[in-house]
Amino acid sequence: MSQTVSPRKPGSSRKIWNDPKFRSVIYQILAILFVAGGIWYLVSNTLHNLSARNIATGFDFLTREAGFAIGEGIIDYTPADTYSTALTVGLLNTLRAAVIGIFLATILGTIIGIARLSSNWLISKLASVYVEVMRNIPLLLQLFFWYAIISESFPGPRQAYNPIPGVFLSNRGLKMPTLEGAGVTWILGGLFLAIVLTLVLANWARRRQERTGEIFPVLKPALVLFIACPLVAWFISGADLALNVPELKGFNFRGGMTITPEFAALLLGLVIYTAAFIAEVVRSGIQSVGKGQWEASSALGLKRGLILRLVVLPQALRVIIPPMTSQYLNLTKNSSLAVAIGYPDIVSVVNTTLNQTGQAIEGIMIIMAAYLTVSLSISVFMNWYNKRIALVER
Amino acid sequence: MTTSSNTTEQERPPIIKARPLVWMREQLFNSPTNSLLTVLSVWLLLMAIPALFDWAFMQAKFSAQSGQECRQVEGACWAFIGEKHRLILFGTYPYAEQWRPLLAVVALVALLLLSTWRKLWNIWLLLVWVVGMTIVGVLMWGGVLGFTYVENSLWGGLPVTLILATFGIALAFPFGVVLALGRRSNMPAIKTLCVTYIELIRGVPLISLLFMSSVMLPLFLPEGMTIDKLLRALIAIVMFAAAYVAETVRGGLQAIPKGQYEGADSLGLTYWQQMRLIILPQALKIVIPPLVSIFIAMFKDTSLVVIIGIFDLTLAAKAALTDPAWQGFGVEVYIFISAIYFVFCYSMSKYSQALERRLSTGHER
Repeated sequence: MSQTVSPRKPGSSRKIWNDPKFRSVIYQILAILFVAGGIWYLVSNTLHNLSARNIATGFDFLTREAGFAIGEGIIDYTPADTYSTALTVGLLNTLRAAVIGIFLATILGTIIGIARLSSNWLISKLASVYVEVMRNIPLLLQLFFWYAIISESFPGPRQAYNPIPGVFLSNRGLKMPTLEGAGVTWILGGLFLAIVLTLVLANWARRRQERTGEIFPVLKPALVLFIACPLVAWFISGADLALNVPELKGFNFRGGMTITPEFAALLLGLVIYTAAFIAEVVRSGIQSVGKGQWEASSALGLKRGLILRLVVLPQALRVIIPPMTSQYLNLTKNSSLAVAIGYPDIVSVVNTTLNQTGQAIEGIMIIMAAYLTVSLSISVFMNWYNKRIALVER
Repeated sequence: MTTSSNTTEQERPPIIKARPLVWMREQLFNSPTNSLLTVLSVWLLLMAIPALFDWAFMQAKFSAQSGQECRQVEGACWAFIGEKHRLILFGTYPYAEQWRPLLAVVALVALLLLSTWRKLWNIWLLLVWVVGMTIVGVLMWGGVLGFTYVENSLWGGLPVTLILATFGIALAFPFGVVLALGRRSNMPAIKTLCVTYIELIRGVPLISLLFMSSVMLPLFLPEGMTIDKLLRALIAIVMFAAAYVAETVRGGLQAIPKGQYEGADSLGLTYWQQMRLIILPQALKIVIPPLVSIFIAMFKDTSLVVIIGIFDLTLAAKAALTDPAWQGFGVEVYIFISAIYFVFCYSMSKYSQALERRLSTGHER
């Protein structure tokens, strides 16, 4: 290395390739050329192959008639609808599984995470067995397992389990009564009003406490609101409400609402699997809060529940949120495994579409774009939340 | 016993004796809530465990000629596993040659065990892996040393799962390290390329990549050139794992204090010398436990190749279920292969935890 430190006169014939800046520019140009060349090569091959196989390109197929049925969906769909409607049904099915899954997995995971830290030996051991078993078995296998249990071990509709009147559990899924009539909208409106009023009340109570130090108990008025608002709305609507109870007609049930075996298996699998990971996230988050915090809060005379809510959780959340975000993203991405048990999510609908149209590239681009959008939205939301609860430093 | 020793004996803190009753009072019934929880969970366990035990052992059928015989009993039909275990473990590999995939599985497990031996954590490990993979290739493919040739469309079961996982992570590792270095690079174009790749792959599910490799890859290649199905799945797994390896390695690189980079600079080392001699050895040591976690995740994720029709352990199990004489024993077969996956993943995660404890040199901040 001694030759590099030999003194140079300014402006002497310094080799340009010894200049790091110049080399860095060259490397970057080479890298871009390499990647662009690779892409160009693949694209030209693809175009050649597509024309050789008479496969159309572009997204024109979206406006054509789909012609296949979809098992379940939130919006109305018939085979006569277009591919774009079919894809929307698929996307909504994915979102439904993801949203309900995230909600339930967070609750179950938090309970198990706290149970693992319980001073009760039996409870903490049971929680760790749950976590270890569920984490170490592939999710796909768990989905197959739940699906096999529902379709093999549950009786047919004629011998369906009937735990509560109106609720039937069979290998065709879970049948439940639904509410019908104009009153439903009013009751939902009433519930919404109750939520808004509770939020306003909680906000006011917090400000009053900050100002005067007096605690206003929010829980009881909130409960009253949640019961009163829907009831009042129901009376205003003229008490128009009917129960649509499923009935056995022939070989299957009519009426009511259904949770299909596919959706039930998917949800069970996703929630049970992800809850094991969330439990670990919650546990490590709570453990990250120093023991002194617990002791100091007990010294102030707070109860265990209050310590957890007012002192430990706000600090633990800072550690919990980033890994929790990635678990939510995982759950959303894992909902794509639905295709294996026949739940019509976006992947399954695209799969049918690309088998019918042969337009694989467009189909896979749609899947990727859909998941990227969902993933990005979840990250943006969780980053915003993370920033909100982050430690405010001077 | 002298008096003085007696007093010191008394001054010591009392030794808590693990007498059952004391233990139960302190661990199970130390508060009303805990007592209630204990009673509830004991009741649940008393409901569940005898029923499960009854199903799995007492009422179960361990040998039967056909599924019909099994359907007459209430319990599990383990006879089904006995009947189909060769198909589940080795797929459609020629029956007489199935000792070869068995040896390949042994070789792969030995390879994994050897990798846990810390004395080998140097250039030798690379050699061991090259030799191990060659042995696996020779055993599975054959065509040399007097082995008959078996094309890889016939491979199936556990060896395919293990091959996809080990080869996948081994090939993804160098790719991931390069991506991580690229992401930390101060050349904007290279950084952008690496960030785009990593974020794109991490944002989509593995299934979409598997679909891509199974339906799009044939379109990408020049006419007449084909890649076989197993290799296409492996490419998707490598592409996917590389992005995750890259993010983990980046974490390790970020944990190296700046002084190490500056020190390496001041020694006049080139970029690659710095990375090879100073930075990567330290960074990789930090990230070994998370890398094991990625390996566990990849091992579980190989089951997704079922969706594009690769005959791995999970699809072999599903194939065993299609025999009309033995239909309706899905739960048994899924429990059987879950146990196989569990043994692998659990032992790896225990190893990773032990490693984390042993590697922690007390320098964590």
